[in-house]
Amino acid sequence: MSEALVIFDKVSYSYNGKPVFHDLSIEVPVNKTIGIMGPSGTGKTTLLKLIGGQIHPDRGKIFVYGQDLSTLSRKELFGLRKNMGMLFQSGALFSDLSVFENVAFPLREHTDLNSELIRYLVLIKLNAVGLRGTANLFPRELSGGMQRRVALARAMSLDPDLIMYDEPFTGLDPIALGVISNLIRNVGAVYDTTSIIVSHDIEETLTIADYLYVLSEGEIIGHGTPSELKNDKSKRLRQFLNGLPDGPVPFHYPAIDYMADLISSVVD
Amino acid sequence: MNILAWRLGRFALQMVSSLGRAVRMLFFALAGSPQLKNIPLVVRQIYQLGVLSVLIIVCSGFSIGAVLALQGYAQLARVGSESALGLGVALVLVMEIGPVVSALLFAGRAGSAITAEIGLMKATEQIASMEMMGVDPLRRIFAPRFWGGFIALPLLALMFSVVGIWGASLVAVDWLGVYGGSFWSVMEEGVDFFDHVLKGIVKSVVFGFVVIWIALFQGYDSLPTSEGISKATTNTVVFSSVWVLVLDFFLTLMMFQL
Amino acid sequence: MQSRKVEILVGCFLLASIFSLAVLAIRVSGFSLKSASDSYPLYCYFEEVGGLSERSKVAISGVAVGQVTSVAYSEETLNARVTIEIDSYIDSIPIDSTASILTEGLLGSKYVSISLGAEDEVLMSGDEIFDTQSAVILEDLIGKFLLDQF
Repeated sequence: MSEALVIFDKVSYSYNGKPVFHDLSIEVPVNKTIGIMGPSGTGKTTLLKLIGGQIHPDRGKIFVYGQDLSTLSRKELFGLRKNMGMLFQSGALFSDLSVFENVAFPLREHTDLNSELIRYLVLIKLNAVGLRGTANLFPRELSGGMQRRVALARAMSLDPDLIMYDEPFTGLDPIALGVISNLIRNVGAVYDTTSIIVSHDIEETLTIADYLYVLSEGEIIGHGTPSELKNDKSKRLRQFLNGLPDGPVPFHYPAIDYMADLISSVVD
Repeated sequence: MNILAWRLGRFALQMVSSLGRAVRMLFFALAGSPQLKNIPLVVRQIYQLGVLSVLIIVCSGFSIGAVLALQGYAQLARVGSESALGLGVALVLVMEIGPVVSALLFAGRAGSAITAEIGLMKATEQIASMEMMGVDPLRRIFAPRFWGGFIALPLLALMFSVVGIWGASLVAVDWLGVYGGSFWSVMEEGVDFFDHVLKGIVKSVVFGFVVIWIALFQGYDSLPTSEGISKATTNTVVFSSVWVLVLDFFLTLMMFQL
Repeated sequence: MQSRKVEILVGCFLLASIFSLAVLAIRVSGFSLKSASDSYPLYCYFEEVGGLSERSKVAISGVAVGQVTSVAYSEETLNARVTIEIDSYIDSIPIDSTASILTEGLLGSKYVSISLGAEDEVLMSGDEIFDTQSAVILEDLIGKFLLDQF
């Protein structure tokens, strides 16, 4: 492995007293695409927020570009985030700005480029996602898949070193899914960016990622290259990868004994 | 009894911690030098919060002025001093009703809109995504709204008072037949710019600050769900109305003590 | 285009509120910017000021010609010392003029009325009006009236 862009060093995090992560250690090497998978509710989005410094771990350290996030001031943190792009599940486009202005937003905020140059850059990015024709539309006029593509163009507008994708494959029709996964692959290859993909879509993630971590109940239950994972014998991993309804992750939410529960209601 | 004490204590703790969060939010939104490139954003908010509220302010001001003239006339005519009608209406509007009612209307019209807008931005991750782009939403989204509202409300209150006085003069002079010369001259004689008009403006500046702060904080602190946003919007209207009325009492006590 | 419309409307909004402020200042409160050099002070001593206060009106023949700027108790003369500012275009008040405190209407506010004397010499800035008549206190009047009845 080459040098790491993001390092999680024994990170623990809990939300409202409920533990989300326990002693999590992850390394994201430069210019690789890392997939982070796990069942719903394992705090995958929380993981991205930790990297962005929007929330802070209870214990452990997170290093981004070799800098310990907990030692950074609010201002330094905002500066650090200029080198990151994040694609939110909902796209999170600014609803009061046009598609063009959405993509131009990071450029206007962080650079002193003149408007001619900004127009040029925005059109390049929009063309890359195939939506140059929508520049003057508003986000509400686009389909979910197109919104996500615009959001990707926006995330790339500052040519960040690190792009994080939050569930990029959820809720898309097969065509849109193909378009998005192609784009993600190209962005990684063409722009030399490091990508972190958080998803529970096994097939797509396995085809895109160079290295994968599988999370469950706040812990890493398996990690490796796609081929290593496919050959892993761990029961929990097999259940997740093959989509078995019952296994180490039980079908039933913890409850008292079924019979006892039924009888008790009769007695009442 | 124990449970009551425990609940009270928890409530007090929650109050103090929200106050702390509210102060922190305002501090980070306004700290540091104001950025010149954000001025167009403030202009936009003055439009959203001020210009779009003009109609409701003008209509309400006119009706309230007209009603005050009708009621005041009925009382003053009995003692034969209807020439003091202009003075009475002007004083009441400039010192009390202008600042207070326009603040209440502003809370309902603009405050609730701000809360809902920010709550929705939070629910659709627009705020989080802005943060991840390295742009501080407190400065980019909150600060322009704060200044827009803070500037707009005192101006709206001024319009409210003027339209109210105009409405009163229409009813009193043109309809009920109060002699126009005395209506205006008694008003001019009795209303003092510094003692009455300026203190009314001070009130609406304070109200503007409080209403906009509450609206922003309710949006900032709302749960990003439909219930959360609707609760926050209601809270904005309720809390800011109550605070405006309570503060009005203390401001009156401080500025107009007899 | 859109932002131009917003700018124009916001401009109109600001103009409308400045206009409102002007109306409140000029039409409603009769506020006019007068600098201090436009007037000159005179002093008068009263036994009883009965509710006269700062900014009360000063009138000659009922026409406002200035205002009261301070009402204070004077240790030297053991009565009230009232400072009035007379607009400087009134520059011929004879030195034997009388200052009295009157009430506007039956229950109105107190003001200082100056009845002009006959001397040729006129009061200058900082002079004192010697002849004064104190405020009439309604309660005293009623009291006298009642005493006369019995």
